[in-house]
Amino acid sequence: MSDIATNGLRYVTPNGGTGLTLVPRTDEKQTLKDFKSDQEVRWCPGCGDYAILAAVQGFLPELGLRRENIVFVSGIGCSSRFPYYLNTYGFHSIHGRAPAIATGLAASRPDLSVWVITGDGDALSIGGNHLIHALRRNVNLNILLFNNRIYGLTKGQYSPTSEVGKITKSTPMGSLDRPFNPISLALGAEASFVARTLDSDRKHLQSVLREAAAHRGASLVEIYQNCNIFNDGAFDQMKDPALRDDITLRLEHGLPIVSASKAVRRAANGGIEVVDRASVAEDEILVHDAHNPDPSVAFALSRLDEPAFEHVPLGIFRSVDRPAYDTLMAEQLKEAEGTRGPGVLGDLLHGGDTWRVG
Amino acid sequence: MTKQVQQLDRVIIRFAGDSGDGMQLTGDRFTAETAEFGNDVSTLPNFPAEIRAPAGTLPGVSSFQLHFADHDILTPGDAPNVLVAMNPAALKANLGDLPRGADMIVNTDEFTKRNLQKVGYAASPVDDGSLAEWRVHAVPLTSLTVKALEGFDISKKDAERAKNMFALGLLSWLYHRPTEATVKFLQGKFAKKPDIARANIAAFQAGWNYGETTESFSVSYEIKPASLTPGVYRNISGNQALAYGLIAASVQSELPLFLGSYPITPASDILHELSKHKRFGIRTFQAEDEIAGVGAALGAAFGGALGVTTTSGPGVALKAETVGLAVTTELPLIVVDVQRAGPSTGMPTKTEQTDLLMALYGRNGESPVPVIAPATPSDCFAAALEAARIAVKYRTPVMLLSDGYLANGSEPWRLPEIDDLPDLRVEFTTQPNGDDGETYLPFKRDPRTLARPWAVPGTPGLEHRIGGIEKADGSGNISYDPDNHDLMVRLRQGKIDGIARDIPALEVDDPDRDARVLVLGWGSTYGPIAAAVRRVRRAGGKVAQAHLRHLNPLPANTGEVLRSYDKVLLPEINLGQLALLLRARFLVDIISYNRVRGLPFKAEELAGVIQDVIDSE
Repeated sequence: MSDIATNGLRYVTPNGGTGLTLVPRTDEKQTLKDFKSDQEVRWCPGCGDYAILAAVQGFLPELGLRRENIVFVSGIGCSSRFPYYLNTYGFHSIHGRAPAIATGLAASRPDLSVWVITGDGDALSIGGNHLIHALRRNVNLNILLFNNRIYGLTKGQYSPTSEVGKITKSTPMGSLDRPFNPISLALGAEASFVARTLDSDRKHLQSVLREAAAHRGASLVEIYQNCNIFNDGAFDQMKDPALRDDITLRLEHGLPIVSASKAVRRAANGGIEVVDRASVAEDEILVHDAHNPDPSVAFALSRLDEPAFEHVPLGIFRSVDRPAYDTLMAEQLKEAEGTRGPGVLGDLLHGGDTWRVG
Repeated sequence: MTKQVQQLDRVIIRFAGDSGDGMQLTGDRFTAETAEFGNDVSTLPNFPAEIRAPAGTLPGVSSFQLHFADHDILTPGDAPNVLVAMNPAALKANLGDLPRGADMIVNTDEFTKRNLQKVGYAASPVDDGSLAEWRVHAVPLTSLTVKALEGFDISKKDAERAKNMFALGLLSWLYHRPTEATVKFLQGKFAKKPDIARANIAAFQAGWNYGETTESFSVSYEIKPASLTPGVYRNISGNQALAYGLIAASVQSELPLFLGSYPITPASDILHELSKHKRFGIRTFQAEDEIAGVGAALGAAFGGALGVTTTSGPGVALKAETVGLAVTTELPLIVVDVQRAGPSTGMPTKTEQTDLLMALYGRNGESPVPVIAPATPSDCFAAALEAARIAVKYRTPVMLLSDGYLANGSEPWRLPEIDDLPDLRVEFTTQPNGDDGETYLPFKRDPRTLARPWAVPGTPGLEHRIGGIEKADGSGNISYDPDNHDLMVRLRQGKIDGIARDIPALEVDDPDRDARVLVLGWGSTYGPIAAAVRRVRRAGGKVAQAHLRHLNPLPANTGEVLRSYDKVLLPEINLGQLALLLRARFLVDIISYNRVRGLPFKAEELAGVIQDVIDSE
């Protein structure tokens, strides 16, 4: 087995990923229009999904990939209609199973750029198992998790990311379940690329998608997405010009982690803490290292928005290099063929203890 | 001392012991020796689901039965002529199956007070006269083995563990089996532990020598080689044959095989086998659960692979929604169900035919799938190829219904000529198929097969979207149009029904063409039914036999065959699932015979049932 399988985690330079090297490229100039399908988009007017779709359609041309080598796979939910609106190959599958279906596709077709579109219910409730296993295996997928903290398509029940006490049709007295933090969950599954962005911030969203696409292996991108029908305003603090710059902690590799008024530093108890920016010296502020093989600081960062969005880190929490599942699988096939030559059916059938009659 | 040699035409031996005693290995080796010698042979392993149940207890008993003969045989045999019992539990658990007068070889070393108590014997049955109606050979197998291995540099425990090889040596002497292959096998198995290898070989040879010298055995037996169809043979189990069939399907279709699977008894050996053959370009994926196994296989199929998932009944239940997705997206997929006793966990190591209705109807919506069931262990090879042929040609998931009896049972297999295997090559669609010469219509069907085109990602100009929502005929766009849905439901059904034109007619074996009773079967009951039919005919009875391999669609002449007999008897290891279908579809009053004991039918039992039906005419 080659070094890629055995050397495990190692530092890479930003943008040093190899996510697209096996996907055929095109010299033809592409535009947003090339990625629009002929299907009418049918989300509720004002839905955050429109902004994400436009951002994705606008960003895909810059990858310079052959359109036919891009596949979008989705589960069930409002966001999972996404593939119908992109003029690429697409598979709208069943509830929660998109990561499993995409795993079979990506593991057997390294020449494809495979994207999974999922929501908080799809990815974290019914499909939670497939999500964590796709992440731990490091399947070469870009998983875009649209988190609106509600069930939209089934008309407004609480979701696995809804806050405790959420009053919905299914929880008239408030929900009891503690929510998942998707970033913490992904880091716990040792995902090699974990990021968070916001539907309304196209520039940031596209910059994160760019890094996710360049990452070879599983990329989990949580996108805060507003459901204006059943959970309107869920992320308003982050969009309010008066609040957002103080709330949002920008994660940029090699730069101090700060908002307009706050800063993150090591705490006396061994963890990290958010303090007034004015109260700390520059060199006390934690510098973000997205490529740290140890996920514990990234995990600590993922906890800063607990309990209720006082400080929200946005950006790439973690981006480390780890062999992708399809690469490892292909290497085993090559190794098997290399040691014993390609399989010959007749030899296989005659391979056991045989005897001749007549 | 010269010993007498007797000629026999067939023998049924059952090795029984603790699940840690190596009975399956002993049986496998005796089978290999017997196959090499040229007898026809059929085997039936029977073991508990527990890996190591408490030693010496009834639930921990594991057994291996084999039937070998100088003529072609169809089953592992009803009742053993010889029982090898390694401890009191093995004796007690198997005595009920042993006809009076049969031989038993009993390891008396294990008949200690404690072991006897564990299974409720107050005194040793070997000594108290209760076994007087059998021919008991009391052999201290353990101590003889330990004595034979004195001077070997191994622990007492390792010496005791070689007792199964001593027993194998003794049986090999008793039935004149060739021994070289077993010696070679042991050298290979313990290549890294040469001391253990030498000890096991010594125990094996000591067992042989014991037979030759001891007075406990005055007679040995010869069973002449069978006259089988000329060809090259090997012994093969159903699971191995099925795995080889899938590999052959990959080679013949020139599609890379992708197996998505989750470990489950009794299907796991297919996953194990396929994992060994990566040099055929096979990707095996041990998924996080049953759903992911089939999901990944379907995803790979979307990408142009031969997608396969292997499981047993509980797994099929979990995969149902994804199989439905494969039905509606019309992608090729092979779903292997190695049936076991249910419902729920049931009896994982025991066999049953109870998943037929689930395979046919266990999904939401009108969701037709072809269903194929192999008849014998070696037939699993051809059945897998047939499943692949239909899946690829008609772009549909196919259910392949094996079962625990076929999976673990084995028989000699005449190897097919590679040139005779079907050509399964498929052409991916690479050009637009719309009337305008530019559009790609993913659901525009081949008018002959009703199959839709298969355009895989990476094909320029054919970018399209598929999914679980109802699609418009032709374009594949989302459609809630009532008439379109009705049309699509009928098209999907019509596609599967039309496969009846592409499968062989149901053949009837009715030698004198004058039988009035037809006995019909499907799947693994083939052997016992055919053996029972032979018995009935030998006794002068007239009976016709037919066996269904395609359960959906049924062969086009099925109704005609059923109606041309006065009575149709259908034995099934369920409560009459196929009978229900045939009655409804053909309005023929099927006589159902059902036993659901987790075990295959016995030929004698079925012969009696057939005779009763004939006599009631």
